[in-house]
Amino acid sequence: MPSSALWAVDLFGRVYTLSTAGQCWELCRDTQLEFKRVSAATRGCWGIACDNQVHVYVCASDVPIRCQEEAYENQRWNPVGGFCEKLLPSDRWPWSDVSGLQHRPLDGVALPSPHWEWESDWYVDENFGGEPTEKGGWTYAMDFPATYTRDKKWNSYVRRRRWIRYRRYKSRDTWAKIPSKDDPKQLPDPFNDLSVGGWEITEEPVGHLSVWAVSLQGKVWYREDVSHPNPEGSSWSHVDTPGEVVQISCGPHDLLWVTLWEGQALVREGINRNNPKGSSWCLVEPPTSENGIMHVSVGVGVVWAVTKDRKVWFRRGVNSHNPCGTSWIEMVGEMTMVDVGLNDQVWGIGCEDRAVYFRHGVTPSELSGKMWKAIVASRVCDRSHSGSSSSLLSAGCFFGDEVRVGGDSCVPSDTDASSEAERPGPEQPVPAESPESPGHSKRSSASAAEHALEGAGPADGTPGPEPCPGQASPPAELPWTSIDLKEPKKVPSHMAEPPGLSSLELLPLGLEEPYCADDHPLWVWVSGGGCAVEAHTVLKWFSAQAGLSSSMQTLSLSITPAQTAAWRKQIFQQLTERTKRELENFRHYEQAVEQSVWVKTGALQWWCDWKPHKWVDVRVALEQFTGHDGARDSILFIYYVVHEEKKYLHVFLNEVTTLVPVLNEDKHSFALYTPERTRQRWPVRLATATEQDMNDWLALLNLSCCESRRVLGRPSPQAVWSITCKGGIFVSEPSPDLEAPEHPLPCDQMFWRQMGGHLRVVEASSRGVVWGIGYDGTAWVYTGGYGGGCFQGLASSTGNLYPQSDVKCVYIYENQRWNPVTGYTSRGLPTDRYMWSDATGLQECTKAGTKPPSLQWSWVSDWSVDFSVPGGTDQEGWQYASDFPSSYHGYKTMRDFVRRRCWARKCKLVTSGPWLEVPPIALRDVSIIPESPGAAESGQSIALWAVSDKGDVLCRLGVSELNPAGASWLHVGTDQPFASVSIGGCCQVWAVARDGSAFYRGSVSPAKPAGDCWYHIPSPAKQRLKQVSVGQTSVYAVDENGNLWYRQGVTPSYPQGSSWEHVSNNVRRVSVGPLDQVWVIANKVQGSHSLSQGTVCHRTGVQPLEPKGQGWDYGIGGGWDHISVRANATRAPRSTAQETAGGQGLPGGPSSVAGTLPEAVGPVCC
Amino acid sequence: MTDDKDVLRDVWFGRIPTCFTLYQDEITEREAEPYYLLLPRVSYLTLVTDKVKKHFQKVMRQEDISEIWFEHEGTPLKWHYPIGLLFDLLASSSALPWNITVHFKGFPEKDLLHCPSKDTIEAHFMSCVKEADALKHKSQVINEMQKKDHKQLWMGLHNDRFDQFWAINRKLMEYPAEESGFRYIPFRIYQTTTERPFIQKLFRPVATDGQLHTLGDLLKEVCPSVIAPEDGERKNQVMIHGIEPMLETPLQWLSEHLSYPDNFLHISIIPQPTD
Repeated sequence: MPSSALWAVDLFGRVYTLSTAGQCWELCRDTQLEFKRVSAATRGCWGIACDNQVHVYVCASDVPIRCQEEAYENQRWNPVGGFCEKLLPSDRWPWSDVSGLQHRPLDGVALPSPHWEWESDWYVDENFGGEPTEKGGWTYAMDFPATYTRDKKWNSYVRRRRWIRYRRYKSRDTWAKIPSKDDPKQLPDPFNDLSVGGWEITEEPVGHLSVWAVSLQGKVWYREDVSHPNPEGSSWSHVDTPGEVVQISCGPHDLLWVTLWEGQALVREGINRNNPKGSSWCLVEPPTSENGIMHVSVGVGVVWAVTKDRKVWFRRGVNSHNPCGTSWIEMVGEMTMVDVGLNDQVWGIGCEDRAVYFRHGVTPSELSGKMWKAIVASRVCDRSHSGSSSSLLSAGCFFGDEVRVGGDSCVPSDTDASSEAERPGPEQPVPAESPESPGHSKRSSASAAEHALEGAGPADGTPGPEPCPGQASPPAELPWTSIDLKEPKKVPSHMAEPPGLSSLELLPLGLEEPYCADDHPLWVWVSGGGCAVEAHTVLKWFSAQAGLSSSMQTLSLSITPAQTAAWRKQIFQQLTERTKRELENFRHYEQAVEQSVWVKTGALQWWCDWKPHKWVDVRVALEQFTGHDGARDSILFIYYVVHEEKKYLHVFLNEVTTLVPVLNEDKHSFALYTPERTRQRWPVRLATATEQDMNDWLALLNLSCCESRRVLGRPSPQAVWSITCKGGIFVSEPSPDLEAPEHPLPCDQMFWRQMGGHLRVVEASSRGVVWGIGYDGTAWVYTGGYGGGCFQGLASSTGNLYPQSDVKCVYIYENQRWNPVTGYTSRGLPTDRYMWSDATGLQECTKAGTKPPSLQWSWVSDWSVDFSVPGGTDQEGWQYASDFPSSYHGYKTMRDFVRRRCWARKCKLVTSGPWLEVPPIALRDVSIIPESPGAAESGQSIALWAVSDKGDVLCRLGVSELNPAGASWLHVGTDQPFASVSIGGCCQVWAVARDGSAFYRGSVSPAKPAGDCWYHIPSPAKQRLKQVSVGQTSVYAVDENGNLWYRQGVTPSYPQGSSWEHVSNNVRRVSVGPLDQVWVIANKVQGSHSLSQGTVCHRTGVQPLEPKGQGWDYGIGGGWDHISVRANATRAPRSTAQETAGGQGLPGGPSSVAGTLPEAVGPVCC
Repeated sequence: MTDDKDVLRDVWFGRIPTCFTLYQDEITEREAEPYYLLLPRVSYLTLVTDKVKKHFQKVMRQEDISEIWFEHEGTPLKWHYPIGLLFDLLASSSALPWNITVHFKGFPEKDLLHCPSKDTIEAHFMSCVKEADALKHKSQVINEMQKKDHKQLWMGLHNDRFDQFWAINRKLMEYPAEESGFRYIPFRIYQTTTERPFIQKLFRPVATDGQLHTLGDLLKEVCPSVIAPEDGERKNQVMIHGIEPMLETPLQWLSEHLSYPDNFLHISIIPQPTD
């Protein structure tokens, strides 16, 4: 769960954020401005400052917000000068937009606001539909407007080329004033309230945001075109209202409520993706006529309101179809305002104490929640002396306030009497006292310190603790160091000067003051629109704990103190000594208890071997016994009855290669593979009655398999990783002869064990760094643990296991046929597909009948129309075609007799595993540099490249064995979205763009991790590439039609190579390792009993002089989707000798190219 | 880095080399040879001494045999204490193997409980497990288990099957994610120097300020005399499973990893050896 933030404004107009992972309010940067309203979204926040100007705060991310500007240069051929800028009078402008209708000279394209900057100068786009033009980017045609081609022909009279330039949004992590350059007549009067939402209405454009504002005159305004690439929007447009509006609230989806001066509410109707502004208003009366509504706040499916008597109300029966709801219910508590955030969670500001309250217990089934809980997080300035008991007590003093606890009697139990006693009397708002007043109360001293801090310009090198010598009292060092750690950039240069010092000296004074009433922050506004709290989220906001919890909240991958603590080391050491002392000299003694056979039995179901295949009831027994040498072995017996005859089959667990949970809708089952069963493509399939039963059996069988093969603990850095189509993660320890040049280990004998977690992609490197990507694009880094998921107890490591969740969509199709009488209806021809079906039309899938993919998944959204299907849709999401099945298009023509639309529903899985999230950017592909053993000095950071889900290419900085998650992303600019990236030996980076063409990145080196420029490599003829993998020297790519290509002619001096050579078809995905070994996921493999789809295959006969290999060896599958062999640099012993011999002859190092090793050396060494 | 799971294995597979000799006054038909055995530290004397009993009964007449009992240097050994505890408490400073004298006569009624059969040991063991879970989880975990799970715990101990035992016992070692540990730590502190058999009190793993309690905190609270004053050296050893964990060790971790199969932390306080 990535952390997200709650935003709030205090009485002095300062904006603070509180992280879901933290327990401390942090002052927003750029605090020169004072605010009266904020409204947050996930990527930023909008606010109205005290000067009534609207500002937007865009949170910084490693990926910049960049926008492409383009202009076309048009030329016509004339017999005298050839192509020139002189066009015919009827022609377009010499410089124009793509349509040619608008004049667009390069120097006339201006930045939209001062918050943007140019990334580079204008340059010509050489890429034309995935192919390099190599002719200055010119494309030719007979006349404007026409179809342009790459090649100049005899009748090419005109040509054009595209110039592009990127601009970048620069005002991130700061409040940027929205420029007001609207029509003066329409210019809104000063704004009074503002609300953002609507990000769930549509996914196109990316990051759409509905920004609504209310002016002092009571008018409602909508900000046009606000989206992620255009964070400021374009202009305000007025939306008519039947009354004078005072306040507005916009939910994440299609709810919009406003309150009127007279105390009623207005509800906007008709908001949808085509019309985010909605169409009409509908009036809702307040709960009681004498007390009108003062404030409303809406979520996805809820409305909360506060009336003028400060009572809190919940609106019953609100949903998309009935945005007005049915009736009001009074809630316990008195608030000045409430705010509904993500997941319909609710926050409020207490009427009496002005504390921020969180509505505890809000779940999808209980939207009104259980009770109000005060947030007692301290603020950053407070935290600086969190070591002192006084701040603890002062923080605890909010906690005693439980007057507003809801009907539920469940009160936080750790409220103790002492903190109650410390609680000051009724809060007195102190508006008279300005924050700058030099009072001696703790508040003013703290805020003075803050102001001193925020007055800082850009950081200079002054180290934090330096001013301390001026102060005699040692406690002063504590605040200093923690401030310094927190915000190193804020340490201002003038802090060393006396004024800064004097304000700081107040800090220790404040510490000693027992009276701390003023420390209680008074809040005026809170916004949870960017704050993701779910039912299982553990928040640390409600208690002020010192030391321990703050160290626990930093889930860092570096070894935790508990594991290095002296006490722990001593226990391990003493236990070893004890064993030595008590056992060493007495091993010949008889054991008191003889080792015996242990049997686990159970009643399971078995997918029988004979036809017709079906589930039959069987008795299953696992017999475990210990041999005289102490080795453990086990046999699994399956007893069944066929034709009234009792039979059994048995499996030696030391022969089992994989146990795979088979997750389907209705059965808890698992498949058991041996090398023989792998060749047959027919595993033993067993089903249990309950999930718990299955987990018990799987854990026990896995443990027995691992013990008999002595595979325990965390996988080695060389391990081979793979992923099934259900997201299951498997790992195998490579034996040295796996990549032996002769008689390699057949890959059906590899033993795969499962790791907890759920991923779509996993990539490893030989230095132990492993990254994964979930179905929802979340990036995960391997923590070094093992087990998790269904592997509880002994099969799991003690630490390094964390909760993991994943989200994916289930798609079904609504199909309709046209008939002359009623138009399109859901009545098809008798020969037609189901009117509600899957994508193929063969399976019936209704909205009500479609279940999540397996019992692990649960729905988290309702069905909604998917507009982002290939081919486009009309406004209702329909795609048209002449008949089923056919190619669909997004508009209706005369010949279209059928139409369909796609419905999507999100489901979510929660599991656990040795994975930690790497927020915040969602990824599509990732690649880590493969390294041969000994080649790398371990000090160097590990090169890691990735492609974000939006197609941005990223390079991770600071990745090392000790910090596998790395530090930050470095964005690598591209002219189009990318799909796949791979970094091979010697930092060769190859990538595939979404248009199917390949790119080579020049000059990448450890010193220059992002390289300098892209070289466009044409894809194989008529093929669109989709994935690339680079080993030590070999470059392989897979296209959309399942062909595997080898890049011929790659040399150190010409790393782009010369041509693509076809290697094989039937390939879904390729992984090339540090030994240039080639592994793929094959599409279809026929076994003796069955056909498997998605099978791990190993290219055989790959030699330095024959990098393309000769044939395939078939391994585990079907149902496999992904493999990474990029960590396995384990050579067979004789192969090592070969390399050494070759290396001596050629001191060229690893960059010596494939093929330079003398072929004769191998056999000679044997 | 070693995994905490290895601690469980080391604890489970702890063995004490023992030399059993028959008491000199027992009447035998021929001379009784001493009997050497590796005793599991986590088990009970009467559960693992079938071989010893058979060995000595061979040289004795049937009528001279009544209930077997054991003694070390004059102290009768309580079968209902785990073997490792008995050893740490009474013999940890003496040389190995551990010398145990076997008696078939003169059962010390006031010192020992009778142990007519293994069912008695099972009943005692299960009642300890239940008591421990009452402290840890208000008995919720043990009560949710089925009869066969209880049996598996016992059979795991009986047959010395680590996997079989821990497949169930891990459930007893879990605690809710929102807590930092058990409700109370099941522990017993034994001292040879006092009359009381052992000290057992309610003690939480986490202090009110959220800090984890350590072994030292526990001792300070329940038997402060153990921790010597600042000036003098520590006069006592604090021993669990034959090792002396540092006083800084978190109690919750100890409870999860160094408890005996009965789910109690049996802590021996023994005088520092003088040498």
